[in-house]
This record gives sequence, C-alpha cells and structure tokens, in this order.
Amino acid sequence: MSTADPTTVRPDSPELADSAASAATAYVHVPFCARVCPYCDFAVVAGRDELMGRYTRALAAEVGMARDWRPLDALYFGGGTPSRFGSQRLAGVVEAIRRRFQLAPGAEVTLEANPEDWTPQLAAELVAAGFTRVSFGAQSFSTPVLLALGRRHLPPDVIAAVTAARTEGFASINLDLIFGTPGETIESWRETVEAAIALEVDHVSCYALTVEKGTPLSRAVARGAPAPDPDLQADQYELAAELLAAAGYVRYEVSNWARPGHACLYNLAVWAQGEYEAFGNGAHGFRHGARFRNIRRLDAYLQRVEEGELPRAGEEPVSGWDAELDRMFVGLRRAAGVADGPGVEAFLGSEEGRRLLELGVVEHARGRLRVTQPLLTDAVERAVLSLTPRGP
Amino acid sequence: MTPQARIRNFSIIAHIDHGKSTLADRLLERTGAISEREMREQVLDSMDLERERGITIKAQTVRLHYTAADGQDYVLNLIDTPGHVDFSYEVSRSLAACEGALLLVDAAQGVQAQTLANAYLAIEGGLEIIPALNKIDLPAADPDRVAEEVASVIGGEPEEVLLLSAKTGEGVDELLERIVSDVPPPAGDPEAPLRALVFDSYYDAYRGVVCYIRVVDGVLAAGERVRFIATGDEQDADEIGFLTPKAVPAASLGPGEVGYLITGEKEIDKIKVGDTVTTARRGAVEPLPGYAEPKPMVYSGIFPTEGDDFEDLREALEKLSLNDASLVWEPETSKALGFGFRCGFLGLLHMEIVRERLEREYGLDLVATAPSVAYRVTTTDGQELEVRSPQDLPEPAKIAEIAEPYVRAMILTPAEYVGTIMELVQSRRGEMGSMNYVGTERVEMDYQLPLAEVVFDFFDQLKSRTRGYASLDYEPAGYRPSDLVKVDVLLNGQPVDAFSSIVHRDKAYEYGKRMVERLRELIPRQLFDVPIQAAIGGRIIARETVKARRKDVLAKCYGGDVTRKKKLLERQKEGKRRMKMVGSVEVPQEAFVEALRVDR
Repeated sequence: MSTADPTTVRPDSPELADSAASAATAYVHVPFCARVCPYCDFAVVAGRDELMGRYTRALAAEVGMARDWRPLDALYFGGGTPSRFGSQRLAGVVEAIRRRFQLAPGAEVTLEANPEDWTPQLAAELVAAGFTRVSFGAQSFSTPVLLALGRRHLPPDVIAAVTAARTEGFASINLDLIFGTPGETIESWRETVEAAIALEVDHVSCYALTVEKGTPLSRAVARGAPAPDPDLQADQYELAAELLAAAGYVRYEVSNWARPGHACLYNLAVWAQGEYEAFGNGAHGFRHGARFRNIRRLDAYLQRVEEGELPRAGEEPVSGWDAELDRMFVGLRRAAGVADGPGVEAFLGSEEGRRLLELGVVEHARGRLRVTQPLLTDAVERAVLSLTPRGP
Repeated sequence: MTPQARIRNFSIIAHIDHGKSTLADRLLERTGAISEREMREQVLDSMDLERERGITIKAQTVRLHYTAADGQDYVLNLIDTPGHVDFSYEVSRSLAACEGALLLVDAAQGVQAQTLANAYLAIEGGLEIIPALNKIDLPAADPDRVAEEVASVIGGEPEEVLLLSAKTGEGVDELLERIVSDVPPPAGDPEAPLRALVFDSYYDAYRGVVCYIRVVDGVLAAGERVRFIATGDEQDADEIGFLTPKAVPAASLGPGEVGYLITGEKEIDKIKVGDTVTTARRGAVEPLPGYAEPKPMVYSGIFPTEGDDFEDLREALEKLSLNDASLVWEPETSKALGFGFRCGFLGLLHMEIVRERLEREYGLDLVATAPSVAYRVTTTDGQELEVRSPQDLPEPAKIAEIAEPYVRAMILTPAEYVGTIMELVQSRRGEMGSMNYVGTERVEMDYQLPLAEVVFDFFDQLKSRTRGYASLDYEPAGYRPSDLVKVDVLLNGQPVDAFSSIVHRDKAYEYGKRMVERLRELIPRQLFDVPIQAAIGGRIIARETVKARRKDVLAKCYGGDVTRKKKLLERQKEGKRRMKMVGSVEVPQEAFVEALRVDR
C-alpha cells in the first residue's frame, strides 16, 4: 500500500489511483433480496431466504479454498442486499475471511445496504463485526421515482439510516443515486442531489438508469413504455457534477464522487487493475493474473461448493498486450486516467486516438492519458479495444 | 443447304406478357422441333431472370421444319426479339435478319407503346407484317376493338388480323400457313461474296463467343477463314450449324439461312452485334447496313459495400460483359464509397438487371449511386466534355454551356388518363409533340423529355397514375442546352461525392432539401454536431444538423465484472466497423443505400 495519508488525499489524485493497484482486496456477493428491482440484472434472488444459512456456510467454505494471500486492505460486500443477510451471518463471513487472510490494520470493510433494513442496532452490530463503510441504495429522494424504480423505502428512511450509521461509528457513508428514470425531471433530480449533499455523506455514486436485456424494465420498454432519454441523462449528470463539485466532492470515476480521504479503496483497486478475490455466486475476481467468474445460478453454486470444489464458471488469464489494454480499459474510467505505457503510446499513435484528442474528449499531460468528458468514456474505450501493439 | 424459296425468316413482336414465349413454345411443339417430354414451359426464355420477370433479355433463335398445306417442306427460322425499351438496338438487328414479323397483341390489353415502336421499326425495315391477337380465350378479350387498333397501327383491315390462343393452340395452324404464304422468301445472291449479319451473340465458357448469324449473300462453309468487317477480327469458322433449338453442326450455311458460328474467339468485344461476317479471302467490301455501337443511356457508380470485394466486383463485371457487350464500365473512385466502377447501361431496366445479376449470381453486396445521364459540357475555354458522373462536372465558372440528352417518348394510354399524363410530363419538363387516337379509345402521346427526368422513377409514376394501363417507349432525340446545376451534399463541411447530383435549377432546392432531410434520419449522432448541407457551388440551399451524442458511457455500477463490459463494447465496436468514414463523420453503410434509393 501507498504511504500517502489516506484521510487527506484527493480522491482523483494519480498517486492514489496508481498505488491502489498493489492493494489486496476481496469481494463477497450476497444475492438475497426482498424483491428484485425491475431494472436489476445482477445475480440476485428473491424469496429464497431459507438458503441464507447454507449460503453462509458455502461462502466460508469457498473462502477456505482460496489460496494464501497477505492481509486484505479492503473487503466489499455487494449484492443483492447484504443488509438483509443479518449481522450474525455477515460477521461470520468477515470472521472466515479474517481467519483465512487476516485484515490489514485500518482495512476498509464495506457493505451495501437498503435503507429500509437499517436500524441503529444493526449498525452497531456491524461496526462490532468490523464494518467501516456503508453504501446505501438510496437511489432517489423523490417518492414517485422510488416507486417507479420498484424500491421499498421512502426518502425519510434514507435520512434515518444515514443518521444511525454515523451515530454508530461508520467511518464512511455512501449513497447510491440513480438518474434518468423516465418521468424524473431535471428539477426532481436536483432535489435528490441536494438532499444527498445536505446529509453530508462522504461519498456519492450517481448511476444512469440503464435498460438491461432480460429485465422487466427492458420488456416494458419493448412494449412501448418510455425509455430513459440519453440527452436528459446527460443534463442530469452534468447537473450532479456541478452540484457535487460545489459541495466539495471530487469526482474520481465516471459515476463516483468522494470527499478527500473517502475514496473507496476496493473500487480504486479494481480500477487500478489490482488483484481481488471474489466469493459468492456470480462474483467476479482477478487473481494470479487471471480473471475469473463464479457460477451465477445460486443452486448450482451451492451444490458445487458443497461438493468441495471451487465454483468457477470460467477463467481467463490476462497477460501481455491484453493486460495492457485492460489496464487502460478499466483505468480510463477514473478521473486520474492512466499513466503512460505501451497502450497509451499506441493510442496516441492511432487515428481514432488522435481524433479523440483533437475533439478534446481525452487529454494527454504530465505523463497520463485522461478522459476529460466522462460522458463519452465508452467512445474512448472502444478506441482502446481496437489498439494493436506498435513496432516490432 | 435449303433453297431460298423454302425458307421463311420471321420474328415475333409483342409486349411483355402478351404471350410471345408461350406462342414460340407452341410453334416448337407443333413443328416437332421439341418433343412434349422435352418441353419445359417457355423454352426460349432460358435465363432465370427472364423466367422470373417474364421478359426476354437476350434474343434466342430456332429453326423449325414445317410441311405446309401445299405439300412442300419449309424451313421456318423464328428469330426472337427482346421485349424491352432498353434493347431496341438488339431488336432492330433481329428484325434486320427477317423478311417478316408477327405482330402479336394481347386481345384484352391492346397495343402497347413498345409494340408500336417495334412494329414501326419492322415496317420501316420493309418487313411483311402478320397481325395477330393472342389470348382470345380469355373472358376479358375484346378482339373486335383490339383488331381495329392493330389495323389502324399497320394500316390494314381488321379482318386480316389472325385470332390466336397460344395457350390452347387455337389458330396456330393457320398462323403457320400465313407465315409460309405471307412472308417473302429470302432473295440473296448465292454467287456473291459472303455477307452474314451477326444479330446476336453470347459467351460460352468452353467455346468462346457464339454468334447467331443470318446469311444474306454467298455461302459460309465450315472451317473457312472469316473476317468481321467492323472490327476487322479474323478467325476460322470452327463450327457452324443450326439451332433446332439444340445446336446441330452443318457443313455450310447458304443465303437466307439462319444459324450459329463459333470461331473460338474469346473476346466478346471483337464480335459485335450488327457486324457483318465475310470470308477473309475475296470477301465482301461493303458491310450490311445498320451497324451501330451500343450507346449507354444511363450511368451509375457501382461500389462494393465491403472494400475488399472490389476485385470480385471487377471479375463479376468482366464475366457479365462476356454476354452483354452493351454493358460498359470503367473504374471510379469515390471519397465516400471507395473503389468501384462507373457503369453505362442501355436504360433503367438494363441497369436493374445488371445490378441484380451482380448481387444474385455473384453474391456481391453493392451500393449504387443515383442514375445519371451523359451531359455535354462546353467549357469557357472552348473544350467539349462528356460528363457521366456529377464528380466530373467542371466548376460553374468554367462552364459555358451544359446540354442534356433528350428523348422522344411515346406514351400509349386509354383516353381517360390523358390529363394526368400531361400533368406528369409537364412536371418533368416535357414538351408535347403530337397526340393521336389509336383505334377509338386509346391515345398515342408524343413528347420530348429530358432523359434525366425519365430515368428518375418516371415509368413508375406513369404506371401508378394510369393504374398500369399506359405504356412507354422512348428513343434518343439529341441534346439541348439546359439550366443545370450540380447540387453537392456536405457532411460537416465536406462534400460527399456519392450524394452529388446534376439537376435542373428549378429542382435543385427540392433535391437538396430531400437529401439533407433523409440523411439527418440516417446518420447516427457523433461526438460533435454534424451539419448536413446541400449547396450549389458555394451557396447553401438546405441545411439540417445531427446533434452531437452527449452520453456514450455505461454509467453503471458493474462490480468487478470487467469482462462483460468489455464484451458489450466489443459488440458496439463491430457495429462501427460497418461505418464508412466521411471526413471525420461515421456514416453507416445503409445510409448510402437508403439515401440513394430512387423510389422514395
């Protein structure tokens, strides 16, 4: 890990971005939800809560099968809805990980939580179990938008949850927000962002509602329901960027803003092409130079782990030029961009790269390539994926 | 050799669908040229496209043996003619090989403009005309009215018009007798030097060029050294013979006889339809009259959708040209479409057929630019240029005069549609010549029209305004100076050559506006605003803008799933590959096809 003081360093600083590559981190997937949101295409289940016990044991078993690593700098529980899993099970999994790898002093331990699950007691138990950071799926402070998104909480629940988390000692609090829900106006979105700022949370993620294949939302759109309007989403994104910057948040990735000292280390590590363990169904990891993904279907996952085998669905070693392109591909989503290297050299020498530079979509300065118009990041990434090594 | 007195050479003049091929089949059957077992419906239309469209593209020919009522054996040579306006030169050569023509008219539909034009060609050529009505078995047949029309066209009596049903065979025997009695026998000089007319040719992959010939004077013996007078090409007559319709070799072809000649010549260019064959030694000096180089009327740029297919396209054109000497082409480079060919066609149907054959028979994916005609430009420094592509038009300041080709269009229509046709023709800058009744219900309208107006969906318009009843024929009618301008289409300030067009000044705005509106729909949003402009010289006459794409990012929480996002972008990248870069603007291939589509 870097020697820079993590509490004052700017989230978008190149040093922080690059040093995160050497962090040891792990992701734990918790698929259980009360109900599946209509836009969600993650590996989630609803109405299978009876499997929580088996799942906890399976996670512990999978952790036990992992190869040795040094103490982890960050641990991230995503979902699904980890907050529905219960503090005991969560504590049990943290404990299993601690036994297998240990947690480094001051390690960041995050969980995603739904505001309606959150109580002061749960918060206290999680802090006791070692959690330091919570990411609330707040999504919006507009009741009609929450209803349209199929969420089960109301705006006051978010306020209560943030207050409880802070009171019980969480070191870092994030709110996930979704913009561009059909029917959401720019004014309503402004109110949402302002409400998040008013809560003085440490970190804000703004995600554009995306129509994913196979979701109820995509079927509704196919039947003629309104789809998100990309131009309005662009306006909303720019408004959020403006409001958050004015309130002292620094954008360090396309969708992520944090106050100094509150960048999410687990995220930084993934974007820096660092290695990360992954546990649970549908989880993706990157270890020993290979990307791997676990079996997505819950039952199949459980069965495989209970048979004493690693629940891998696929594994793909990444090396050489592909690794260099991956470094750019994941790294360019960061405000810090990527440091010079063979890939950057190829990009600057490519026709498309030069075009994007001329158009001011990217800039190359002080030994780094950066995307300066985050809304056009994918145009840059497509160009990156087309690059070929230069010279002999 | 058959004595000339026993030979009758004739062709059938008929409109598409008036039953020429069915009648030809019936004649083959009745004279035993082909057994019923061998009989495939419509033997003479052998190309797939011909069968599908019911039209004859290449003339076919067949020799029939017929024992007439007088007890004598006759050789009847049926020389088929193409049935479309684009191929009138081929028609004229086929007619030149005959002494008589059967004018076959659908007893329900009546005379069509095309038939009329070909009938006039036959009359001018001194052919004996046998008028006949076909499909008299149909309930809609109106033989009295149509016989009147036919008689008024050829200047005979309605009673002389034969009544036929090619389908049932009714009247076919009588027709055969009329051919023997009415069509004059050939009257060539057997002692004169050889003169034989090449009235058609095709390319055979094994034998090279096969020509269909009609011996006029002298005798052609197998193995003799022959010379084609127009091209000067000299070859041995490797094989000669008759078409029955199978090729049957013969030792010689005498005056009046019709058959084939194979010399082993592999270059179709060396043997031209209309040329005269003579013997290499002591041959004829004077060719038979009427030879002309086929002259393209319509030009279009043809480009492969995939740049890699350029060589395949060249090869396909070479192969097509083997059978189609009237197809001319030369390489053309377009900034927008890459490497392709500027092709010249006899007309719109010819163009369509060639494109379809290239795509269907050679599996090519093509983009064709809007059809253009050949303009004659006089520059300010006195040069004369022929401009076949808008790209080649000099700057306005250097043009002293532009002239465009006109055609004489003959439209035959039921009288009730005269008004709507006049409207259509006027909107196409047409000038009325004469208007005459044909029979009692139909009118022949004679117009002078710019060819450019005719090639642009005129025929479709005519058909739709007259519910399909009007028919059209046209022939070149010289050049006239016109107020023509080049309209350019600019994407992001850069002219896109493929979209340029030469149009009349009065129509420039309409054209420009339509193109920019179409393109605005077809061009996807880019990373910057893309202005689309139509301009004459430096003057913008229409403008639209494709607004910049503002959001091109998956602003989504995707956990550690790098692979999936990568795959998504890879797929999008594949989509981009099918784009052509026009300057810095990405234009999807389909946009070219769609924007250049004529019939919208």
